[in-house]
Amino acid sequence: MLKIENLTKIYRGGKVAVDKLNLDIQEGEFIAFIGTSGSGKTTALRMINRMVEPTSGKITLDGKDLTKMNAVTLRRSIGYVIQQIGLMPHMTIRDNITLVQKLLKWSKEKKDETASRLIELVNLPQSYLDFYPAQLSGGQQQRIGVLRALAANQDIILMDEPFGALDPITRDTLQDLIKDIQQRLNKTIIFVTHDMDEAIKLADRIAIMHEGKLIQFDTPDNILAAPANDFVKEFIGSHRLIQQKPNVKTVDEVMIKPISITIEKSLDEAIRLMVEKRVDTLFVTDGDNRLQGYLDVESFTGARKTKRSVSECYEKDVFYVKTGSKLQDSVRRILKRNLKNIPVVDDENRLVGLVTRANIVDIVYDTIWGDEEPMVSSEEQNGSEGSKELIGG
Amino acid sequence: MMTFFTENSSDILLKTWEHFYISMIALALGVIIAVPIGILLSKSKFISKIVLSITSVLQTVPSLALLAIMIPLFGVGKVPAVIALCIYSLLPILNNTFIGMRSVNANTKGAGVAMGMTTIQSVLLVELPLAFPVIMSGIRLSAVYVISWATLASYIGAGGLGDFIFNGLNLYKPELIIGGAIIVTLLALLADFLLSKLEKWVTPKGLRIEGGRAS
Repeated sequence: MLKIENLTKIYRGGKVAVDKLNLDIQEGEFIAFIGTSGSGKTTALRMINRMVEPTSGKITLDGKDLTKMNAVTLRRSIGYVIQQIGLMPHMTIRDNITLVQKLLKWSKEKKDETASRLIELVNLPQSYLDFYPAQLSGGQQQRIGVLRALAANQDIILMDEPFGALDPITRDTLQDLIKDIQQRLNKTIIFVTHDMDEAIKLADRIAIMHEGKLIQFDTPDNILAAPANDFVKEFIGSHRLIQQKPNVKTVDEVMIKPISITIEKSLDEAIRLMVEKRVDTLFVTDGDNRLQGYLDVESFTGARKTKRSVSECYEKDVFYVKTGSKLQDSVRRILKRNLKNIPVVDDENRLVGLVTRANIVDIVYDTIWGDEEPMVSSEEQNGSEGSKELIGG
Repeated sequence: MMTFFTENSSDILLKTWEHFYISMIALALGVIIAVPIGILLSKSKFISKIVLSITSVLQTVPSLALLAIMIPLFGVGKVPAVIALCIYSLLPILNNTFIGMRSVNANTKGAGVAMGMTTIQSVLLVELPLAFPVIMSGIRLSAVYVISWATLASYIGAGGLGDFIFNGLNLYKPELIIGGAIIVTLLALLADFLLSKLEKWVTPKGLRIEGGRAS
């Protein structure tokens, strides 16, 4: 879809920022440009929407030569998210989201509709539409920054280290969010970063750049399995290469059967089920086994007197992973968020399994002590918390 | 002292009004000329240096001399006075417009351009609203200057509160000098106060909110 041929940028004074870059990007792909500072990754990105004019070379989108288009029209058709967020401080969140639409002279109704539809997408309340950027936290502002790049139905979105200035937890949340949005809306995203973890987590393909040249362009797995040269090896870092070596496990191999309850059951039934199965968390599903949320011991505290059914007191915020995702990522997520466990769902959001901390200990045990009979007990795993944790059987 | 105010009350009102409108016309003309030039200048570093140094030189011409120069060119009366005062008001407004436009966050401007704004849209939708507080403080500064300098305009027959002061000097009546000076000062303070209210009012709401985050 997007084809970059022999793209070169030589700055005044003869500094070659990008040297004969060739890339072929498919529709709906998530591409990460990665490299050290001065590698030309940002320059390459900015040439796509002509914030930087190429010295030579061609960029074609579905056969159309972008370098011959009107730069203003081009920029309105490509989303752009920058690290410094760059929201307009004097405009409300609503006006910020629909800025490009305003430039394209869309009607007010259409703009208002888009703003209220999009803000749902990033889990912010509607009331925020009337706020000003200064009233939002950095993470919230960047969510708006992302929405602004989506508002006029742009197919391609360029992101220049969008999460670089955020704290790790916020960054992690936004990474999940952007990946989810990208897959749901089938957007093509080109992303500049210097964080290898971020690139591996998000990108379908990674373009590693060094001194203006493209060193390697491949899927994260292939790059980790076969780094093109020593520079790439060094850039990836030895710890990631080691991590990658043992047979890549997916969550499907380790997950266990979760205990779930359908949403219309009463609380008494839920408690009876918990006692019977000896678990402290129940996953709440609808009739089609689609994951709706969870119910744990804490949800009962105080609720039992006033509430009668599961639907009244279950927690809707539940972190999950998709089937087929790498175990490594799930472990990272459990640790980062301090979760007790993480449910596994299929493409249609149906609950298919559960990964618990106990599972993970099993795996670590396996990798270290091999085939010896594991002596796993929950006391060992939760010793620090001092209480016996009963999860998922 | 009080006799000055009671005996000349009708005259005071007339002169004060005269003084006020000469100053305001000069200031308005200054704004109309200086703000657009300031915006254009912010787009070119080289030309801005030349123009800003020319206006600084104009500023150093003694005010009495500038008024005197106006006589052979425009005669006596209100017109030359307004022109001279207008020239004086240019520099603070021009300077502040230029600085205000320049100080708009480069990332904010960059984001606007990346969203597909034309240069004119960037000026009207982003730079000007954000530069407004700085431009307004330039206008306030000019207003105070112009009102106090308008006193001298009476010297070339433009009228205004300067008449009391010059009469006081000629007839050796200190109460005329002091009374005139007090009213000029009050007028300058009042103009500054009103413009500061206007400044608050035109400052975009999003800029007035400081940090106070919504939870």
